[in-house]
Amino acid sequence: MHKLLKDSPGEKIMLLGNEAIARGAVEAGVAFATTYPGTPSSEVSLNLFQMSRESDLYFEYSTNEKVALEVAAAAANSGLRTFCMMKHVGLNVAADPLMTLAYIGVTAGMVILTADDPAMFSSQNEQDNRYYAKFGHFPMFEPSCVAEAKDMIKEAFELSETLKQPVILRTTTRINHSNAFVTFGDIKERQTNGRFERNPMRCVTVPAVARRLHVKLLERMDKAAGMSEASAFNFVTGQGVWGVVANGVSYHYALDAVKDLGIESKVKILRPGFSNPMPKDKIKDFLSGCEKVLVIEEGEPFMEEAIKAFAQEAGLVIPIQGKTDTLFTSLGEFHPAMVRENIAAFFGIDFTPAPKIDTSDIPEIANRPPNLCSGCSHRATFYAIKKAAQGMDVIHPSDIGCYTLGFMPPLSIGDFVICMGGSVSTSCGFSKATDQKVVSVIGDSTFFHSGITGLVNAVFNRHNFTLVILENGITAMTGHQPHPGVDMELMGMDGYGRVNIENLVKALGVEHVSVIKPFKVKKSIETLKEAMAFDGVSVVISQEPCILWAKSIKLKKPRAFEVTDKCTDHKECINGIACPSFYIEEGRVKIDADTCVGCALCAQICPENAIRPLK
Amino acid sequence: MKPLRMIIVAVGGQGNLLASKVLGEAALIEGVEVRMSEIHGMAQRGGVVESSIIFGDASSSIISDGEADILLGFEPAETLRAIARCSANTKVITNTATLPPFTVGIGKGTYPEVDEIKRVLKEKTAGLVAIDAMALAREAGSPMSVNIVLLGALIQTGALGFSKENVKAAIKRRIKPALVEMNLNAFDLGFEAAAAGTV
Ligand code: SF4
Ligand code: SF4
Repeated sequence: MHKLLKDSPGEKIMLLGNEAIARGAVEAGVAFATTYPGTPSSEVSLNLFQMSRESDLYFEYSTNEKVALEVAAAAANSGLRTFCMMKHVGLNVAADPLMTLAYIGVTAGMVILTADDPAMFSSQNEQDNRYYAKFGHFPMFEPSCVAEAKDMIKEAFELSETLKQPVILRTTTRINHSNAFVTFGDIKERQTNGRFERNPMRCVTVPAVARRLHVKLLERMDKAAGMSEASAFNFVTGQGVWGVVANGVSYHYALDAVKDLGIESKVKILRPGFSNPMPKDKIKDFLSGCEKVLVIEEGEPFMEEAIKAFAQEAGLVIPIQGKTDTLFTSLGEFHPAMVRENIAAFFGIDFTPAPKIDTSDIPEIANRPPNLCSGCSHRATFYAIKKAAQGMDVIHPSDIGCYTLGFMPPLSIGDFVICMGGSVSTSCGFSKATDQKVVSVIGDSTFFHSGITGLVNAVFNRHNFTLVILENGITAMTGHQPHPGVDMELMGMDGYGRVNIENLVKALGVEHVSVIKPFKVKKSIETLKEAMAFDGVSVVISQEPCILWAKSIKLKKPRAFEVTDKCTDHKECINGIACPSFYIEEGRVKIDADTCVGCALCAQICPENAIRPLK
Repeated sequence: MKPLRMIIVAVGGQGNLLASKVLGEAALIEGVEVRMSEIHGMAQRGGVVESSIIFGDASSSIISDGEADILLGFEPAETLRAIARCSANTKVITNTATLPPFTVGIGKGTYPEVDEIKRVLKEKTAGLVAIDAMALAREAGSPMSVNIVLLGALIQTGALGFSKENVKAAIKRRIKPALVEMNLNAFDLGFEAAAAGTV
């Protein structure tokens, strides 16, 4: 049985934050869950997916976050407790239905997870999604630790059901990817049989209806404000005339800092965990006993601005600071020492941290950047694109996935990356705005996510570019989740359909469609050249499974290659494809047999035929 | 327990996260509070993986520069790179078997001499244990057990204060049954080597 399905209240277990969130949803009786994978949220959905295989929980990987939210909205309006999860930028994709779903509301509990990524460990920006809660009028919870994340999601479902309003659970990477002990609670029985009661005056948002719904929405948020005042997740610890307001993980840094600085008797800390609407009266009450207040929050000054406004209403003239030139920044992640230093500075405490190690005389160490795996099919495709485009002035719009790493030399495929699906639509723009050749790339999952719409646009407007769809049979970057083009039988799962990309692209009206097997290098280069010569939109589908994935489902057995004596040392392999299995020893190219998977790409590009399978 | 802060650095694929989980499990057995946090670069494709583990009476789950009590490095250059996390009081345990970054492999970057790495680590911290965990892992039966060899070395130093028995019990709980024997052997080899590996 899946470890998170165990009905063993009181059991103490070490869980990843994302596992704790999934368990919390199970304990809350979640019956319906949807997502598009995105780090740092991916393991929440992975666990729910696994659990759905052995229980009556419904789970789906949807084509994108907008679809996921729309599917979820229907379920939550049919009386099922519903969970919709995504990473922070995913909520931008879902923003359109999100804003109106606030008006319609739900009939059963619905929680929307946004996993924010301060410091951008695996994201293209570090937007602070707390503003979505405010912007769209959603109650919001923000846990400070793993165990609390589990409790909060249960409370979030209850609150959502009481208010008939979706609730946002906002985490940061540091919650999602931390491990801690968690104690299992009771599992609420799942209600899996939904029913939708027609109610056009609530669910059909024509202007006349929506106008009335907006009024109701504000009433619901008024009620939420009262509940935020009373919520046990908004609490004050300690006593004193120095105030600290800290949310999320920063609360724990603040707790440690106050202890380390020995100022426990002087400081009280307010931790808003039910953070939209903010508990106005509780905050005013907190402020009224303070001489000065420091606001500690990663991201934007979301709380700081609200707190300053509350102080103004309360007629309090005390220093309230957070983001300043000398205190906290809106950039990146905080860490314990930074919080301790700023608390010491703000309240005028003398504190000399232990001297840091002098690192100025440390020998130079080469960086270790991430790289496409040994034998990754993208490397072969990129090599072929590069060869096919040799001598031309080409722009390569790229997209979000492992293949984004192709921007690095020597392959250098990737000139413009903004968001999921962006490679196709920016290709439309580049092809109109310039005389340059445009050859763009997109992964299969990303193509389904939001590449299709760009391609429809390209066909209709008669744009001129070549789109290479990297069909590696899985969503590789986030950890091998399925997408509509995946053969689910390979994963041992039935009951799924499969969308054929080639047929789909043809059906969209693309006139020049070809398929390549990228490890057949010569043939691939020829096919790409033909596609690039076509005047109009052409699509090349490059089919070869992600090698990590193929190995894990035993579709491929690695077989190492070696460089024989025929090698004349011109290093074309290294300068051309830079597979990480290569290394140089005494000036000669060698292949690391432990990591080489035998894709034979290097063997085909070696002009001396010096690379051979190891006997 | 007074907070004890430990950083583990490794290259993707070396089993850092499993080693952290074993230590977490051992903490549960020892009755010590623990919080852990992991950082892996974009999609882990061969980049550096770092875990922070905080045992005892603290609330944070990450460790600032200069504040690690223990640094456990699975790869010598990565151990050295993480030196900013240490102070003069930090105990360092490192593998000496190298995994040069790709850039070095193709001659576009430098990899410091292992002896030089050891010298710098020893000079700037409170003590260094350096062992060839790869050789010991192979001896135990699989290069994959480097992580457990290093756990053995860590426990031998006493820096963590956990008993050998409890960590072994944690290995039994966290590692697939078929691999338990081999890993217990790896743990013992690391444990024994640590005494000799102090430099
Ligand atoms: S995980 Fe798969 S797709 Fe991603 S870099 Fe590795 S082989 Fe390529
Ligand atoms: S065959 Fe060549 S290109 Fe393919 S994985 Fe091995 S070394 Fe790398």
